[in-house]
Amino acid sequence: MGESGTAEPDEARRVATEARDRVRFEEEALGLADQVYRVARRFVSTREEAEDLVQETYARAFRSWQSYTPGTNLRAWLLRILTNLNTDRGRRLQRRPDETPLEESDYYLANRMAQSGGEQVLDQDRVVERLSQDSIVTALSSLPDDFRDVVVLVDIGDFSYADAAQILDIPVGTVMSRLHRGRRQLKAGLAEEAVG
Amino acid sequence: MSDCDKCEELLQGYLDRELSDSEVVVAEGHLDGCDYCRRRYRFEETLRVYVRTTAVERMPPGLMAKLAELRTTDAGTSAV
Repeated sequence: MGESGTAEPDEARRVATEARDRVRFEEEALGLADQVYRVARRFVSTREEAEDLVQETYARAFRSWQSYTPGTNLRAWLLRILTNLNTDRGRRLQRRPDETPLEESDYYLANRMAQSGGEQVLDQDRVVERLSQDSIVTALSSLPDDFRDVVVLVDIGDFSYADAAQILDIPVGTVMSRLHRGRRQLKAGLAEEAVG
Repeated sequence: MSDCDKCEELLQGYLDRELSDSEVVVAEGHLDGCDYCRRRYRFEETLRVYVRTTAVERMPPGLMAKLAELRTTDAGTSAV
């Protein structure tokens, strides 16, 4: 503050306004930390990695806060930084998931479970009974990275297709096809656990 | 069965609330008349909620303080 003793009143006001905007930005961003973390946690395999990733994300966000446009989706802006960092750090194997074959139907898991235990296993309580938390986390983490990114953003992060497209810098149609394929693979993985 | 194939296609968007109004009409019209699909829609819905709730981990307790330290502004100027 005191570095320019010759500042005009206008300049002083500008500096004060900027400082206030900056504090507001930081607090708004910190308020989203839990939501950012839960997405980060499913992008990487350990809690430590997730913590590192979130810290790097916030360090970068605080440095480049002025490139955020107030009034736009801050959570999506933070996640965009996070996914870029995650990619840069080379945590991902470069697979080409869009070329993997896709035979199962959307109803694959439902049909497998119904075959093994009758239609009533599709009822809410039975579904929860048969699927464990571990199996869901395992099935998510074994998805190809490009699929997992989309599934995690939409299903865990609760982002719209349009937001996910913006975060990952891919077309909405690609979000939809990766989501579709990712969820089918997820269900195939769960079927192995739940039905064998 | 071709109706069910079509319905299955609409499944994702319907559950994600990303369908256009006219697509919603098609999906719901089919669901009204098809017990097979209705059951599976319910299953998919349950599964989605279950994935959403079980795969979510809360932030570790110390992380918020570490993030707050990364702030570039003087924390003392903060109103809260």
